[in-house]
Amino acid sequence: MASLTNRAKVLEQKPMSFMERLYLPAIFKGMAITFAHMFKKKATINYPEEKRPFSPVFRGLHVLNRDEAGRENCTACGLCAVACPAEAITMEAAERKTSEEHLYREEKYAAKYEINMLRCIFCGLCEEACPKDAIYMSETFAPSNFTRKGFIYSKDELLIPNPVTDREKYEIAKGLREAQLKNK
Amino acid sequence: MDLLAIDVSLGLEKLLLIGGIITFSLIVAMYTTYAERKVAAWMQDRRGPNRAGPFGLLQPAADGLKLFFKEEIIPLTSNKTLFVLGPALAMVTAMLTSAVIPWGSSIELFGRNVSLQIADVNIGILYVFGVVSMGVYGIMIGGWSSNNKFSLIAAVRGASQIISYELAMGLSLIALLMMTGSLSLKTIVAQQMEGGWNIIYQPLGFLIFLICVFAECNRTPFDLPEAENELNFGYHQEYSSMKLGLYLFAEYVNMFISSAVVSTLFFGGYDIPFVNEATLVLSLGVNTVAMLGFVALFAKILFFLFLFIWVRWTIPRFRYDQLMDLGWKKLIPLALANMLITAVVILWLNK
Repeated sequence: MASLTNRAKVLEQKPMSFMERLYLPAIFKGMAITFAHMFKKKATINYPEEKRPFSPVFRGLHVLNRDEAGRENCTACGLCAVACPAEAITMEAAERKTSEEHLYREEKYAAKYEINMLRCIFCGLCEEACPKDAIYMSETFAPSNFTRKGFIYSKDELLIPNPVTDREKYEIAKGLREAQLKNK
Repeated sequence: MDLLAIDVSLGLEKLLLIGGIITFSLIVAMYTTYAERKVAAWMQDRRGPNRAGPFGLLQPAADGLKLFFKEEIIPLTSNKTLFVLGPALAMVTAMLTSAVIPWGSSIELFGRNVSLQIADVNIGILYVFGVVSMGVYGIMIGGWSSNNKFSLIAAVRGASQIISYELAMGLSLIALLMMTGSLSLKTIVAQQMEGGWNIIYQPLGFLIFLICVFAECNRTPFDLPEAENELNFGYHQEYSSMKLGLYLFAEYVNMFISSAVVSTLFFGGYDIPFVNEATLVLSLGVNTVAMLGFVALFAKILFFLFLFIWVRWTIPRFRYDQLMDLGWKKLIPLALANMLITAVVILWLNK
């Protein structure tokens, strides 16, 4: 019968020669291999000190963006919530008062903005849907928590640090964002 | 009254020596566990323990502490006395062999000539055999008193393995003894200092002896008594806390002592290679040379410890019938042939 591929190999079963039956040459060969492996490059990375770079398309925790003056970008249009296939985003809109112009960029803002990280599938559709560049996905994981409630992230957890009051942390977050964008 | 006069300083000297050697072998055994994990990791392209202390050097201490603080469980159906006796016996027999090993030539301390050997008995090697074969009692008693089928199988395996390999070990050494004409380890080392190491004259004897030592220490490829995939850790399955620790530790102490025996018998013991000790004593003094000799012995021991680890992470375990086949059908005839050839050559040379 003709074989389907030409890769089939006939198994040769000869009795072992004397050298093979001694086993010692084979053992020494094996020991040479393991000894050589002692000096090879290690596959392990010393994790907390050394981190593997993220993939350019990595989608991590969400961040709510502010502009340079520290005003929130989000206008609570609800496009992200509509786009979300897991229905993880809920928000409540509110109207900006004149005294709040330094806090919110547009006349309408999100009074409450929550993402349930247990529902979220980190697909990134919210980021794509947003017309105001108000939500983007960072390069961090959602940390573990003891309760389910702890995974519902409100605005305090999501907002980027304020560039006016907390310039340093904002710069770090911004720098990460720019590096991320450049990668893409 | 002279007969009753006890040499207090001799007693003190021996006591200090015993304490020193036991502490030393325990520390070496501790760091052999560390070396084992490191070398295993390197051979598998990993890094090994590096979190506890610099380079993970405190890892053995952390492991020991963990074992001490774990709950100690004695199974209800076990034979309690024997269950406790097992690990103790394993540890004690592991340590006992160190008594006859010459750890160095003698040093001069406070005008006394102190020999770096606890007991220079004239039947040194027979003592080693006697004690080493006692080591299996730890495994047997532990495995039997656990009242568990896996442990019992492991105990039986361990016993039959040690009986099988003890024979080949003894036969391979008889050839060596015919050459040296003495059972005292100190004399054997002294002869090697003059006439060259025994490995040159007895390569086959060394190979057989080394294989048997691996079997006696229950190290891979002969670790059938504790085969984790078929016997679920075998004889120490029911053990927990420091009793388990003692079993594991006894294995490393055994490795250390066996390495010392191999170095003493075949690699010149405390002989410094390529150096004539007698002329070195004149320029450096007795104590320095004795210390250098100890360092030489220790270096040889370290090499054999590495060999133990190296082989463990290279060679897979034997099947039980292969183990018996190797022991009875290969090693014993080989050792007999080696013995006969050595005897013929000795007779030939003596005419």
